[in-house]
Amino acid sequence: MSSLSLRALSKSYGPVQAVRGVDLDVNEGEFLSLLGPSGCGKTTTLQMVAGFVPPTTGSIVVDGQDLTSIAPEKRDMGVVFQSYALFPHMNVAQNIGFGLEMRRVERGELKRRVEEALAMVRLAGLEGRYPSELSGGQRQRVAIARALAIRPRVLLLDEPMSNLDAKLRGEMHVELRSLQRRLGITAILVTHDQVEAMTMSDRIAVMTNGGIAQLGTPQEVYDRPASQFASSFLGHTNVLSGRIESRIADEATVRVGPTAFRTRVAKDQVTPDIAVFVRPERLRLGSPDQATLQGRVSTRLFLGGSWIYEIETELGMLRITQQNTGTVQAEEGETIGVSWNAEDLRVIATERSDG
Amino acid sequence: MSGRDISRNGPLALIFHALLTVFILAPLVVVMLVSLSDKEYLSMPFDGMSLRWYREILAAPELISAFWLSIWLGLASATLATIVAVPAALAIARHRFFGRDGLMAFLMSPLMIPHVVLGVAFLRFFSIMEWTGSFVALVLVHAITVVPYSLRLTLAAVIGLERDAETAARSLGASRAVAFRRILLPLILPGVAAGWVLAFIQSFDEVTMTIFVATPGTTTLPVALYNRISQLTDPVTTSVSTILILGTMAFMFILDRMVGLDRVLIGKK
Amino acid sequence: MASSTHQTSRGLPWLLSLPALALFLALLAIPLVLTAILSFNAFDGMRGIQQSYGFGNYLEILLDGYYREIFLRTGGMALAVTLICIVLGVPETLILAKMKPVWRGTFFVVILGPLLISVVVRTLGWSVLLGSQGVVNTVLRGLGLVDEPIRLLFSMTGVIIVLTHVFLPFMVIAVWSAMQRLDGQIEHAARSLGAGPFTTFRRIMLPQLMPGILSGAIIVFALAASAYATPAIIGGRRVKVVATTLYDEFFNSLNWPLGAAIAVLLLLANILIIVGCNRLVERRFKQVFA
Repeated sequence: MSSLSLRALSKSYGPVQAVRGVDLDVNEGEFLSLLGPSGCGKTTTLQMVAGFVPPTTGSIVVDGQDLTSIAPEKRDMGVVFQSYALFPHMNVAQNIGFGLEMRRVERGELKRRVEEALAMVRLAGLEGRYPSELSGGQRQRVAIARALAIRPRVLLLDEPMSNLDAKLRGEMHVELRSLQRRLGITAILVTHDQVEAMTMSDRIAVMTNGGIAQLGTPQEVYDRPASQFASSFLGHTNVLSGRIESRIADEATVRVGPTAFRTRVAKDQVTPDIAVFVRPERLRLGSPDQATLQGRVSTRLFLGGSWIYEIETELGMLRITQQNTGTVQAEEGETIGVSWNAEDLRVIATERSDG
Repeated sequence: MSGRDISRNGPLALIFHALLTVFILAPLVVVMLVSLSDKEYLSMPFDGMSLRWYREILAAPELISAFWLSIWLGLASATLATIVAVPAALAIARHRFFGRDGLMAFLMSPLMIPHVVLGVAFLRFFSIMEWTGSFVALVLVHAITVVPYSLRLTLAAVIGLERDAETAARSLGASRAVAFRRILLPLILPGVAAGWVLAFIQSFDEVTMTIFVATPGTTTLPVALYNRISQLTDPVTTSVSTILILGTMAFMFILDRMVGLDRVLIGKK
Repeated sequence: MASSTHQTSRGLPWLLSLPALALFLALLAIPLVLTAILSFNAFDGMRGIQQSYGFGNYLEILLDGYYREIFLRTGGMALAVTLICIVLGVPETLILAKMKPVWRGTFFVVILGPLLISVVVRTLGWSVLLGSQGVVNTVLRGLGLVDEPIRLLFSMTGVIIVLTHVFLPFMVIAVWSAMQRLDGQIEHAARSLGAGPFTTFRRIMLPQLMPGILSGAIIVFALAASAYATPAIIGGRRVKVVATTLYDEFFNSLNWPLGAAIAVLLLLANILIIVGCNRLVERRFKQVFA
């Protein structure tokens, strides 16, 4: 078990700053995700941690040891690659044993640890197969076993699930997470898939423009996004136009349609117009006469476990998700009421704005 | 202090690369430099510079006529090779039929047969048929040696195409002939044209096979240059070579514009 | 590709291939057969080609130490050229792969472009460089590496140097094609598991590049073994190889049947090497690269 710290880590390619001053502490045994769209710097950050790319400035510290200028082969990082990067000319056992062989682990011990790693990913019996003879899911498991077999200080996962189909991906999320918990290994996952980040992580670092936009538990990041970017990147968000009615320092009363609520607003918020966010699952449908707002059902989509409604209102198009309880609440074209609780409305309270 | 970027080349690699680049370019650069010498013999280094060896080309009418012969030979054989290779490429790319692999191997075989052997075979054939000294016969055998280039680039163009575009045209009401003319042909044209250019260059450069069948009346430029180099050493060969190098570079530029030079040289993408 | 082919009309593909096929049968297959027949003709120094047939020419080539030596020398020369092409071409291709795309494009043209320039022109450049007063000897003496000018022109060393220059691009092309099939992250994977740069190359990269290296080696060997213009200009009379011997039999000794027999043997050796090595590569690497 190891802890990892990134200090003011930056990477520039000529005039392009891929990563700008990332500070991050990953605790022992923690599963942390770097979540963001392509080009946000998450992969470059991971490659600097693995030692494939030297940082322009800043440092990488594991258990108090500065690794910044250490060659990748001396870092003890287990890396699982997007393409798996299995060695096609070696069979499964040779692939998994390669890292141990490099560490001059004695033969019997090596064989035992390869078997142990294979059992861990439930692939016992496939030792003699070549990567070309394995399915996508099996290759992924070999890649994980190969990285874990060296008992790395930190496990680095570079979009490892993106080549799997949706069902397999869901299964691997559960399996990899429980494996990581059981081994108590520190892990960093790079992903652009918000569901993956939320289901697997202890904490999520939302990245944009080479920096961390928000760091927190999945629930914190989802419920209290620190920026418009974070709120729109994790799940769907309805954006309503609100108006500041009164304000004392950073405490303000904001009016949205017929309701008003008290909230903290950013110091640099000078105009009275303010964007108000509300998640689709926090909006409720009801009869038109008892609701906060009336609207017309424009589109209705059935997702099996839930419904998605797009409702046309005077505040704009609102998306609402409803659990499927077996009854149909409204037909397309019908007029319906929309309500919400004031505590579910959010404004971006920090000064950091989206990129 | 930070570690080395392992995705980049290290200093040793770059030194190796620089030396290799020098090795590759040295003979070409030397030819161009020597062509500017004012000396009577081939040597490096030299003192005075002049264009006299370019003027001397005019005093060597056999080189000039060989140049024009090579141009016409290249044009004719590349065109003939393209005319026979394109339909064959369409057949191979778009149809499964008995003997397909054998046909492909047969049409590509001039790449596998040493050119000295081709030269011997054509020499024997020409002497039996009494075709020795015939320009048409030379065009025919040159066409055979360059068919593989035209075939390969056309095949790459046809195979790289989605059949969907033609199917879509058919579904929109185009007849098979119209779909071929309006959809397929324009799409494979760059590949066909690149194949023609490559075939032209290969025919123009061919020396080993041609030496066996060339007569005083059908001496190509490479053969004329070869004869001159192996008999006497005068800098006229370097001025002619310089013109060839520059001409080839111009052709490379055209090829690069048409389909990308890497694709022509490496064969696939 | 199966979905992009169809079987509507059986005769159509043959109709489309007919012009090429006719040209090849008439002007490639027939001349080769005629040459094969010629190789069995007897030859008399006084009266020329005889109408009797036999294995005399082949026996002469196989039993006469003179011809055997030429075949062995040519094979040795081609082998040396092939090995140097591997030693230079493999690292260079790895270096090219690591370059930024702009530089890579430029150096592809620099390294592969000479393929399109006449071999006579390239050989001429080398004959200027390799002469006893040439650039190479001047530099070597300037650096104090040699006292006397070393003989490069009209020597086997010179021929090998120039053939390496002529055929190196084929090796780079073959290795590059093999490298395109490689997983781009595989080098990183090996490094992260604790392998240093050299071990990564030897244990991970090299085995996967092997099919490409071998197919490049086949091409280079076959071309070098049958090269004519370069050995003729650089080697001159002193360094006789199969191709130049062939030429002499046809144009100096005028012993066409013997020349034809040499040509047939060269062609057979060529086909044997190409087909044999391809089989080996396919069998050896089939399972791994399925």
